[in-house]
Amino acid sequence: MQRFDKFSANGIWRLLAFLLMCCALPAHADPAFPKLAGEPVVDAANLLDPAQEAALNAKLKGVQTTTRRQVAVATIPTLEGYDISDYGYRLGRAWGIGSDAKNDGVVLIVAPNERRTRIEVGYGLEPILTDAYSSVIINSLMIPRFKSGDYPGGIDAGVDEIIKQIQLPPEEAAARAASAQARQSDSGGIPGGLIFWIFIFLFILLPLLRGLGGRRHRRGGGSGIGEVILWSAINAAANSRDNDGGGWGGGGGFGGGGGGGFSGGGGSFGGGGASGGW
Amino acid sequence: MPFDRRLALLVPLAAVSLSGCGINSIPTAEENAKAKWANVQADYQRRADLIPNLVETVKGFAKQESTVLTQVTEARAKATATPLAPADLTDPAKVKAFQEAQGAVTAALVNIRNITEAYPQLTSNANFLALQSQLEGTENRINVSVKDYNEAVQSYNTTIRTFPDAIGAKIFYGSKPMTTYTATAPNADRAPTVKF
Repeated sequence: MQRFDKFSANGIWRLLAFLLMCCALPAHADPAFPKLAGEPVVDAANLLDPAQEAALNAKLKGVQTTTRRQVAVATIPTLEGYDISDYGYRLGRAWGIGSDAKNDGVVLIVAPNERRTRIEVGYGLEPILTDAYSSVIINSLMIPRFKSGDYPGGIDAGVDEIIKQIQLPPEEAAARAASAQARQSDSGGIPGGLIFWIFIFLFILLPLLRGLGGRRHRRGGGSGIGEVILWSAINAAANSRDNDGGGWGGGGGFGGGGGGGFSGGGGSFGGGGASGGW
Repeated sequence: MPFDRRLALLVPLAAVSLSGCGINSIPTAEENAKAKWANVQADYQRRADLIPNLVETVKGFAKQESTVLTQVTEARAKATATPLAPADLTDPAKVKAFQEAQGAVTAALVNIRNITEAYPQLTSNANFLALQSQLEGTENRINVSVKDYNEAVQSYNTTIRTFPDAIGAKIFYGSKPMTTYTATAPNADRAPTVKF
């Protein structure tokens, strides 16, 4: 009996191990990326001191609030044998930098041990932050500083130039803000709400009143409750849609709602940008 | 009357069992793979569009390298004359022809890169540097879109070959497996074509 128990336990372990192996093999193997932990700067290779990192974080979060575009900085201790361009787009997709609708994210990657750097540009920003321009940023602003060992200076210069490029032109920013405001005051208007109350009156209050009036009391009550549930569900749906349409912060698919943390919005990358080495 | 009611019950039942046979999931997977293929083609087109400009720029500095330059121009002409419609993705021979034509362009571009190193004036030319970074980015995009395409094809092929979607694939669509693509570009050997 004991032997049997041992055997079956062994078998179960083997089965579990096998199942685990099946789960552990993903459809496509990605390198082990550092975690994006609520801040746009992930300094896994320890190139920045805390004060610089905090300043950079504040700057990049400011970009997110003013442009709705996301810029992240990653310093990577090892590329695990991947080419940096291969590593870069996988990292960008894994973190989901940028919104999922616009794919407007940028990741600046520095791999000091491989002496490689890359600006990875999301699909949506490719026409603005072009390959050629990314290459100019890397070769003229970052590489010279990296060569002399000034990593913080190089990263800072690169980030500043990226921000300058993806900043919206002022008139466009103003137009967007104005249209967002207009939409907001529109959705504050009554029509939707009015229709809702008319329906409430027709389908719930009237039958209820009729029921109270004594005719077919039970049936009136029943359908009233059914309709309350139905209409409150519709109301909830309508409300959530109003919120999405109103403020332009609402529905963008951005994380980062909770407590000012920074997280990807599901943006995707297709290999845009440029790499450089020193 | 009771017959009608039974018929009405049958409709959702039929819908459920049909959707179980991949009546929706097969076209979805197929369209996804075709869309990914469109991306691959767009990236190759982008590369083809850059080449005349590159040839002109290099010619300005290195006229004597005409063999390399005609080589890339010819390879490009041949590649643009060998298109691959999404409907032909199930035909391995046609995919291979496309692959070879584009591979010849890649090889010719590598040759150009090798000769330009002998011309410092060219390699410091701003126009050339911009072109070079654009070409690099395009090759990179090709790699990415090819990987995405291969993943989509893999999932489509799995869909039409596994139960229960295989039933729908046989009976309704007569689906054939699509061909994965191997780009003959640097790092292409790392493309995860088939992994479980």
